[in-house]
Amino acid sequence: MELYQKTIHEINDLLDKKEVTVTEVTQAVVNRINAVEKNTDAYLSLQTEEALEAAQGLDTELSGRTQRTPLEGIPYGLKDNMCTRGILTTCASKMLYNFNPPYNAEVYDRLSEAGGILLGKTNMDEFAMGSSTENSAYKKTRNPWDLNKVPGGSSGGSAVAVAADTAFYTLGSDTGGSIRQPASFCGVVGMKPTYGLVSRYGLVAFASSLDQIGPFTKDVEDCALVLNAIVGHDAKDSTSLNLEKIDYTNNLKQGVKGLKIGVAKEFFGEGLQPEVRKSLEEAIAIYKTLGAEIVDVSFQHLDYALSAYYMISSAEASSNLARYDGIRYGFRAEEYSDLVDLYKKTRSQGFGDEVKRRIMLGTYALSSGYYDAYYKKAMQVRTIIKADFDQVFGGCDVLLTPTAPTTAFGIGEKTSNPLEMYLTDIYTVPVNIAGIPGISIPCGLDNSGMPIGMQLLGPILSEETLLKAAWAFEQESGLTNLKASLGTEV
Amino acid sequence: MEYEIVIGMEIHVELGTKTKIFCSCPTEFGQDENTHTCPVCLGMPGVLPVLNEKVVEYATRAGLALNCEIAHFSKMDRKNYFYPDLPKAYQTSQFDLPICTGGAVGIEVDGVKKDIGITRIHIEEDAGKLLHESADGTLLDVNRCGVPLIEIVTEPDLRSAEEARAFAEKVRNILEYTGVSDCKMEQGSMRFDVNLSIREKGTEVLGTRTEMKNLNSFRALIRAVQYESKRQIIELKKGREIIQETRKWDDTKGVSSSLRSKEEAHDYRYFPEPDLVPIVLEPSYIERIKSKLPELPEAKKKRYVEEYKLPEYDAGVLTTTGVTARFFEEAVALYNEPKQISNWMMVEIPPLLKENEQSMETITITPALLVELLKLVRDKVISGTSGKEVLKEMFVSGKNAGDIVKEQGLAQMSDTGELEAIIEKIVADNPKSVEDIGAGNEKAYGFLTGQVMKATKGKANAQVANEIIRAVVARHLA
Repeated sequence: MELYQKTIHEINDLLDKKEVTVTEVTQAVVNRINAVEKNTDAYLSLQTEEALEAAQGLDTELSGRTQRTPLEGIPYGLKDNMCTRGILTTCASKMLYNFNPPYNAEVYDRLSEAGGILLGKTNMDEFAMGSSTENSAYKKTRNPWDLNKVPGGSSGGSAVAVAADTAFYTLGSDTGGSIRQPASFCGVVGMKPTYGLVSRYGLVAFASSLDQIGPFTKDVEDCALVLNAIVGHDAKDSTSLNLEKIDYTNNLKQGVKGLKIGVAKEFFGEGLQPEVRKSLEEAIAIYKTLGAEIVDVSFQHLDYALSAYYMISSAEASSNLARYDGIRYGFRAEEYSDLVDLYKKTRSQGFGDEVKRRIMLGTYALSSGYYDAYYKKAMQVRTIIKADFDQVFGGCDVLLTPTAPTTAFGIGEKTSNPLEMYLTDIYTVPVNIAGIPGISIPCGLDNSGMPIGMQLLGPILSEETLLKAAWAFEQESGLTNLKASLGTEV
Repeated sequence: MEYEIVIGMEIHVELGTKTKIFCSCPTEFGQDENTHTCPVCLGMPGVLPVLNEKVVEYATRAGLALNCEIAHFSKMDRKNYFYPDLPKAYQTSQFDLPICTGGAVGIEVDGVKKDIGITRIHIEEDAGKLLHESADGTLLDVNRCGVPLIEIVTEPDLRSAEEARAFAEKVRNILEYTGVSDCKMEQGSMRFDVNLSIREKGTEVLGTRTEMKNLNSFRALIRAVQYESKRQIIELKKGREIIQETRKWDDTKGVSSSLRSKEEAHDYRYFPEPDLVPIVLEPSYIERIKSKLPELPEAKKKRYVEEYKLPEYDAGVLTTTGVTARFFEEAVALYNEPKQISNWMMVEIPPLLKENEQSMETITITPALLVELLKLVRDKVISGTSGKEVLKEMFVSGKNAGDIVKEQGLAQMSDTGELEAIIEKIVADNPKSVEDIGAGNEKAYGFLTGQVMKATKGKANAQVANEIIRAVVARHLA
């Protein structure tokens, strides 16, 4: 196996034994980028020169030490909606085509502190709105399992970088499934932690009450390692939880004996690809052999989650994105007659169609006369969905669902039908609505060899349990650190 | 038909916290443009607000001082609108769950006392400032962005410009006392919005109202209310309907004009601020702030009358502002002559403040320095007249009273021997006056006293001099 194909914990072993240097590791992944990035287009911008320099510096430093920390010297990528001082942060939008933040996202600071080596900023749907990364203003990222297919979204670039071995891990953001769905489409591990576990400071907001940063990794153990580095209270984020830190690798390998895994029919409804259903059924069987108890659970109001999600997320987005007015930074229309014209032209030209659609939807939902019927109702639904999950987790420890109804679809296949695109998030959005954690791990391949993802959900702050359950399955099924062909299936 | 004016007010007050409401930038006024900013108050992508605890404390204090209920649970909301002085394109404010509700403030106009209801007080952030007069077009100064404000909303309980003024002054007085704001109107720390409507006296239903925003002086407040009420009454008398609108008050021209109609009014699309958690205040927190509230103007005034035996008028003047009251109390603590201190503070100090472009906030004379001077006057080391000159000099040179008296040789002449010699000569030189006195014209004494003061350059102790004059004149007449 090539160096760039390895997991973080495998590289850690080599680095700790001084069998490789950080420079060799970084050079390997940079070479890989040079070889395949033209096919995958996972990155919007690259920092490979700086990465190699940093690697050399770190090697010098490590030569005088016996100890190193788990992410020290491991090259990674960041979704381009996380602020990086002096490095373009565009959110894949024309609106921020020239935006160089004078501050760092808290997660970037933490990873820098942990010795991480930034390779570049990954592609995404504009302002994280989308499910295929096709809404990027700059490029289309391709699924390494079939270059004619989408990687999912909105964190498509981050998923692809890990799947194509052009990063050992990446961070994404998940507002309605934007980590889990692309992880599922690309055959990697992706986790959305409990709302408030990871600081949102410096994450360019889409929907503040739903956004959460999380890792993409090649296997579950790596996920625990990255999570360890990014969680924790941040005084700069008022919604950040102030809890004692735990090491997510501690109980990782304890197995699932006696664990109650819930299965709800509401997650296996219409529109579910037969191979996905079959794959999930096999996963359930595996869990049984591992000693988990499978229980039937059911939801009362899950049908309303997707509608409520689009109301709440769009409402918040309409307000969060209002600051892009061409006055202080970013794009400004070249010609305008007065202030209102400046606003109109800048925003008409600077935003893509999907972003405009959500802004209009959200503005409408908050307008006087419509507020009660839309936004307020959606907030009431949110409370009901939370209660629904509470009731379900009264009967099980973990809920097992498909991550998405289908495997990755073709590029251009759903771009003309927003509603169909929205439906690809149907199994992921309720999780953000409830603020609970969820992880997507590979659980098989469909008939055309595309990865299938399964989602494990748990109550607030159950990350440790989810990782434990995910790790046990991964070990038993052997579906770990999967390698994509980087070819086409046409 | 007799008309009645109905006024409700919204008062914006900048809180005197050291730092802004959601970041640690200083709030100081009058600094170079765009120097007190950071990514947070500039509303840059990805930044998040953190509520300044002092803002909550100050708002709670203000609410308690204005007799409000303090909410155990309140929250922040976003008020969305586009304007270049608002970097986030929303103002973080409070909508349906404000921090304070249901207060009242007592006012007195022409001897009639009444309570003005406070509907609510909420916390919000100030916007920046547009500088239109630049040669480069309109420029933006964002120093003020994120300066914390409270907005005090009244019931429509006010009935005249005088009541509006009395209320505004009272609120200013109370807030200044509690230390939550300096209430400097010239710096925009206190601004008034007026909602005004007219109805037939005796009716209950409110007329259609207009709103005038950002009145930034008491004078503007009074004139705007007078103008607008007159305008509405004329409209009604002409049989026209009042249009619900926001009007702009032009203080230079003394007229108001339509700014935007109800139809053009913003739809602010308020919704709960998802980046902040609700404000939850324990009863013990509210109690603690309550127990630390300073004595408020009304109580202070009463105490001055009872404890210092001051006339009600004096007590009223001395308690107009917190700084004046503090000055007085410090002086009294050093020197227990309340009435003398009061006289000098009310009569002598104000013109000198004006002359030296100072105010009670910036006064260079300390209570201790004033007390030193007043003691010299009481002990007759200098005359009251000299005392006034000394005070004037204290303002100009900053020296203390003792030094000035010494340098200028202002100490009174009480040496009877020296005075007798001078008086002997004056009496001898003015036989006519002695004759007049002999003929029963007591006024001639005054002339002689005047001559003595002239000869001694005012330093003669008037009482001592008078006694000697009488003795010498008596001898001459004998």
